Amino acid sequence: MKNLEDLEKKINSELTTKINNTEIKHNQIYIETDKEFIIDVAIFLKTNQDTKFRQLVDITVVDYPEQNQRFEVVYLFLSHEFNQRLIVKYSIAENEVIPSLTSIFPSANWMEREVFDMYGVSFKDHPDLRRILTDYGFEGHPLRKDFPLTGHSEVRYSEDQKKVISEPVKLEQNYRNFDYESPWAGTKYIKEEIENNDKKN
Amino acid sequence: MTKKIKNLNLNFGPQHPAAHGVLRLILELDGEVVEKADPHIGLLHRGTEKLIENKTYMQAVPYFDRLDYVAPMNQEHAFALAVEKILKIDVPIRAQYIRVIFCEIGRILSHILNVTTQALDVGALTPSLWGFEERETLMTFYERASGSRLHANYFRAGGVHQDLPKGLEEDIAKFCETFPKIINDLESLLTDNRIFKQRNVDIGVVTKEDALDYSFSGVMIRGSGVPWDLRKSQPYDCYESLDFKIPVGKNGDCYDRYLCRIEEMKESVSIIKQCLSKMEKGPIKSLDGKISPPPKSEIKQSMEALIHHFKLFTEGYRVPKDEIYTAVEAPKGEFGVYLISDGSSKPYKCKIRAPGFSHLQSMDYLIKGHMLADVPAVLGSLDIVFGEVDR
Repeated sequence: MKNLEDLEKKINSELTTKINNTEIKHNQIYIETDKEFIIDVAIFLKTNQDTKFRQLVDITVVDYPEQNQRFEVVYLFLSHEFNQRLIVKYSIAENEVIPSLTSIFPSANWMEREVFDMYGVSFKDHPDLRRILTDYGFEGHPLRKDFPLTGHSEVRYSEDQKKVISEPVKLEQNYRNFDYESPWAGTKYIKEEIENNDKKN
Repeated sequence: MTKKIKNLNLNFGPQHPAAHGVLRLILELDGEVVEKADPHIGLLHRGTEKLIENKTYMQAVPYFDRLDYVAPMNQEHAFALAVEKILKIDVPIRAQYIRVIFCEIGRILSHILNVTTQALDVGALTPSLWGFEERETLMTFYERASGSRLHANYFRAGGVHQDLPKGLEEDIAKFCETFPKIINDLESLLTDNRIFKQRNVDIGVVTKEDALDYSFSGVMIRGSGVPWDLRKSQPYDCYESLDFKIPVGKNGDCYDRYLCRIEEMKESVSIIKQCLSKMEKGPIKSLDGKISPPPKSEIKQSMEALIHHFKLFTEGYRVPKDEIYTAVEAPKGEFGVYLISDGSSKPYKCKIRAPGFSHLQSMDYLIKGHMLADVPAVLGSLDIVFGEVDR
């Protein structure tokens, strides 16, 4: 469908209970669904004559460690026919296994491998779930928020052993992360004072 | 008597001149025919996305230069657009023209490199010698504008870092006059060359359907006959006001993709010319002092400018909570940034969608049944740069 509002209505009427929420923002449609329905949603989006989201642009995960359902899985779709973009999302807990889209979109293969590598989210029915970007024998999932920026181990060539060895990271100086209290918005005590003054007036 | 023949496993790369970087390709060969290809990537993985999460929005820009390092500014463009859309700021018209000029220069840079090295892979040495001379000229344009030949760090949310130096516009215009002749020279060496055609025609054929299924974009999808270019279909900056054509291939083989790239270079020259003629004097970045830093002269006069400068280079500007996916037509295809901001001065997440990643994953599908000697030809026409594949 040419029009984003029409498309939103169409998706809502066709998928009804399979989606939780739709929203139009920045000229794109954002859809929230559940883990169980992602296959159905993907098949509908790909095959329906009015949607034709033939291309899966990317799959990624966002990590919110403070939430119960820690990971938010995000799929980006593109329809060449109607020139529209669509984003599908759902939340999962840390150890949940999610369905793979490789049978519907062959390009999902590496994207899912990357998600597995970077976040440790496993996919059911994936033909070849190996690490992809990190080194052979790497441990941990680097894009998780609790993974330190410096990593856990560093590699170097050892002159004694005549080979490349891996050892725990040693830093001359700790990684410094400054917290800049912003006087633009006002520091906390100034903000409170302003609010108090507003209340008085 | 029957003899059991075992397939041969061959390691192609990671140190191989035709692997275009650090690709380790594990090939399973039956005689000289490739049965299976398993690319091992990640040898250039630097954790760009993780680093960006720990840097302010302005500090994140240089990381984009280091992705596809043959067309650095095109990547910066995607990030700048994403931040601008969230901040809802307008870009001055002169800045838009400057950005488009440098994106098209990036496209020419990338296409020259690709076309000539692909020729090199299939046995032609001269094109690379001729092409690289032009690349050198283009990189001096980069240097004069940004101070750096490759890692420009020139685009900002809200415009560009500084105005073009005196005389640069004239020199780019001069280049636009001489460059088409160089393209013709390159074409005279390659387009009708018997060996070049034997090595590329009907090699690595991608059908329309498969191009869609494998998430191809850019020349890879246009070569297969899908007229899709983000500069036309989802125009950003001033592309809407420019007149240019999208070359589309027919057969989806390596040769068609080569032809597309050659035609695109010609279109890029025409785009640069149009920009130069339409460009007028004016501001080159957003005038909002909370987002773009003040000029040096002002810092010495105005207290407010000094404060702005200090805050921008320590804390950085804050970006309201939002999420957005923006994509640009980079030389290699759709380069996208999926940005999540949380109201602080650092991105909460910045997923980079690199076109080369999807292209390389189809290597197994593309090369199955081809000869070993076709591997460099197909790899060359995929236009792989490991900076962006590995991120």
